[in-house]
Amino acid sequence: MTTEADEPELRAHFEETVAADRRVEPRDWMPEAYRATLVRQIAQHAHSEIIGMQPEGDWITRAPSLRRKAILWAKVQDEAGHGLYLYGAAETLGADRDDLTRRLLEGRQKYSSIFNYPAATFADVGVIGWLVDGAAICNQVPLCRSSYGPYARAMVRVCKEESFHQRQGYELLWTMTRGTAAQREMVQDAVDRWWWPSLMMFGPPDAASPNSERSMAWRVKRHSNDELRQRFVDMTVPQADRLGVTLPDPELRWNEERGRYDFGTPDFAELARVIGGDGPCNRERIARRTAAHEDGAWVREAAAAHAERRARRADGAGVAR
Amino acid sequence: MSGTEAVDGGWPLFEVFVRGKRGLNHVHVGSLRAADARMALTHARDLYTRRNEGVSIWVVRSADVTASAPDERDPFFAPSGDKVYRHPTFYEIPHDVPHI
Amino acid sequence: MNGTGGEGDGPGDARWAFGTGFEDPLHGVAVEPPPGADGAAVARVCVALADDALVGAQRLAEWVTCAPELEIELALANVGLDLLGQARLLYARAGQVDGSGRGEDDFAYRRAAAEFRCLRLAELPRGDFAFTALRMLALSSARLAVLDGLRGAADPVLAAVAERGVTEVTYHRLFAAEWVVRLGDGTDVSRGRLGRAVEEAGPWLAEVWDDAVGAELGVAPGAVRAACAADWGRVAREAGVPLPVPVPVGGSGGRAGVHTAHLPVLLAELQGVARAHPGASW
Repeated sequence: MTTEADEPELRAHFEETVAADRRVEPRDWMPEAYRATLVRQIAQHAHSEIIGMQPEGDWITRAPSLRRKAILWAKVQDEAGHGLYLYGAAETLGADRDDLTRRLLEGRQKYSSIFNYPAATFADVGVIGWLVDGAAICNQVPLCRSSYGPYARAMVRVCKEESFHQRQGYELLWTMTRGTAAQREMVQDAVDRWWWPSLMMFGPPDAASPNSERSMAWRVKRHSNDELRQRFVDMTVPQADRLGVTLPDPELRWNEERGRYDFGTPDFAELARVIGGDGPCNRERIARRTAAHEDGAWVREAAAAHAERRARRADGAGVAR
Repeated sequence: MSGTEAVDGGWPLFEVFVRGKRGLNHVHVGSLRAADARMALTHARDLYTRRNEGVSIWVVRSADVTASAPDERDPFFAPSGDKVYRHPTFYEIPHDVPHI
Repeated sequence: MNGTGGEGDGPGDARWAFGTGFEDPLHGVAVEPPPGADGAAVARVCVALADDALVGAQRLAEWVTCAPELEIELALANVGLDLLGQARLLYARAGQVDGSGRGEDDFAYRRAAAEFRCLRLAELPRGDFAFTALRMLALSSARLAVLDGLRGAADPVLAAVAERGVTEVTYHRLFAAEWVVRLGDGTDVSRGRLGRAVEEAGPWLAEVWDDAVGAELGVAPGAVRAACAADWGRVAREAGVPLPVPVPVGGSGGRAGVHTAHLPVLLAELQGVARAHPGASW
């Protein structure tokens, strides 16, 4: 048990560990605010993986080729897996998955606002892979060096697996832009709809990001929102050129002096509205997740009851012997 | 490991260890929830070996893991700190000695 | 999924996920049918087994984002992806040996319901998790027996697909059997739901148990019924619920292209996007 007298020394040791870029592990002492920040961030990340299955998931039954069907299904399955890795990481901090799920369903914890936009056509599957997963990868790669060990390890696994997610999206778009004129239009339309929401995935501008500074000091987060957003734009523009699609930003141009692209400002008021619950699909997403959770209760209860009965029977058999 | 136990129909937490290939140790890869050990094995197979990552899986109830006290500053690990001779890098040998 | 095979997953490529061994399932398998082979018969068997797999996978895909627990989400996707993989290989083989040169998507996307040869149990609506588990048990028991018999088929590709399929479907059967036992020995609610699932599946089981799909290629007569009966009996004992043995019925079924009204609905969803864009490439 930690006594109050120990705390300054423990805190000093914690700060030293983080400053030296060593990992904090589950049973180490950590400040309560660090634990709470991590639970909040990891849970939000896990929820995003699970809710993020929905926009694309609906296209699995309708995918226009068996190859695309298999790829998309495997990708959406990975997202469920990534949600599980992350819930597992949160549980090492003493959080409970059921409780986190309840918080999600009650709107007390958030998920990435990008998943409140609808996937209107099959081209959206490609654009989600290319832009949304591309942005997610920018956000996630630095988290592989997060100061909290289980989170960092989960992210290593997630990033490795997601490497195919972005490529399959780009490959789908590549194939479609070389198909019919109608397909090219579908692709451009999807790009028009997803470009700005993708830029919003990096969160509000640094000046308006309340939790960022402390998260960076604790090395839970490693780069600022604006820095990652810029990195994403710089990576994506040449890919768009190669694809032959237009990114819907009249201010987008190469800045020779900075050696980076200049780009317009996303509509952060829209971001705030969507985060606040007023996006096109917020209600639908939570309703679906709630239904799955509630409809599944009898299955989970049956399995628990059976496990208990079997354990009792095994005990009984042991006594009889 | 939080040691969270099953509550009202919820499933307990299991830790999962996977042997990547023959000749290697089982390595902890994460956790999952399952009603019993048998289910935990199938879940572990479905979650942690989707890409042929393993040839053998162990699962153990998280609550059944007994762990040493917190971190490496703890007395539990202190004795080895001065036994640097247990580590191969303790021994200086010429760089051009092969295969060592 | 053989689609991921080419993306540089050699052992030294650290960029990709940990696993290795995603090789082409037909690597090293001769493609030429043996002399005197009955191509039409091989194609018939391939199409029937592929249709079961595709339609079964489609029903499992309807669980995506709706499974009772996230771990089950993963499991159902694995089963579905296995079946989809089998369907693709079998369709491709059918198109090679029937002389039509059709590819996997021609079979999946450009045939009407009456041209499908799946068992009707596979096409019934998704149902609840009890029905899903029970149906998976019935279909996997039968499929396992058929694939097991086809391991010795003269057609080298069909034999290779069967060999690999046996491993996969053995797991499907295990997953399904364990869940039927859990639900049967679970709560009053789960027992009740399993009972209803048994009633719903009942009329369609005889077609599964007495399926003669592989008979012309050497699957022993009665092998399917024997395998189904053994699994059914074992699971019923462990679950503590009666699983009635279906009485053989005559008449035409899915193998003759006679289907329920559910199949056209399923196909409308499966084929909709593909049919709306003729000449498109995906």
